Amino acid sequence: MKISVKYFANMRDTMGKAEESVEINAEAKVSDVWSAVSDTAMPENTLIAVNMEYTNADHKLNDGDELGFFPPVTGG
Amino acid sequence: MKVVIQEAVFDPWKEVSSYQDKNIGAGKHGASVTFVGSMRDFNDGVEGLSQMYLDHYPGMTEKHIEKVIQDALDKWDVIDAMVVHRVGLINPNDAIVLVVVWSEHRAMGFDACRFIINDLKHRAPFWKKEANEDGDRWVEGNSVDEAADVHSAEVAAAKKTG
Repeated sequence: MKISVKYFANMRDTMGKAEESVEINAEAKVSDVWSAVSDTAMPENTLIAVNMEYTNADHKLNDGDELGFFPPVTGG
Repeated sequence: MKVVIQEAVFDPWKEVSSYQDKNIGAGKHGASVTFVGSMRDFNDGVEGLSQMYLDHYPGMTEKHIEKVIQDALDKWDVIDAMVVHRVGLINPNDAIVLVVVWSEHRAMGFDACRFIINDLKHRAPFWKKEANEDGDRWVEGNSVDEAADVHSAEVAAAKKTG
């Protein structure tokens, strides 16, 4: 299945890109996608959103999902 | 309800009166509780900040704030609320964020406004990158006294004693 992955703030800098499309096996979880895009462990404070809703690394993905990885927020 | 994410500079006081004139019935509210967050030229011991870049997650940011406002409208007996938040390049003294809650009585308005701005600080997907003459850096967390939903009197007491 195909997952659209987006990175924000310093994570975009680290990954060297703002977004990419990842082909991954059905049944994959968020953590599986991270392993596919990075050689290093996911930073402990990483926030995760699937289809623009907060979730966690165990979230099971569906074909076409949009997955966002980003650091703690600093708005307001 | 109104949520606006924009790059353009805005005048928070004009936003308040404009929305109020059009959407809040005359004589129906007893309080308009307003929070305006502006850019300082210092932060976390870094002086001489010349500019800031505010990143966000287009789509998720708007969706998240709409949900937070709806939660506030459901939780407290208030009439309406609006949020305007800048993104992109921001200069010192610019308004970054405006939160307004209209209510019949002030207590509900204060509580709902605090709830919304605290979420904007700690949950809404925005990220600040500050620049001064030494370069730029992503801000890693909001200021310590904003890190918890504590009453301002507790913060003031902690500062006096500590």
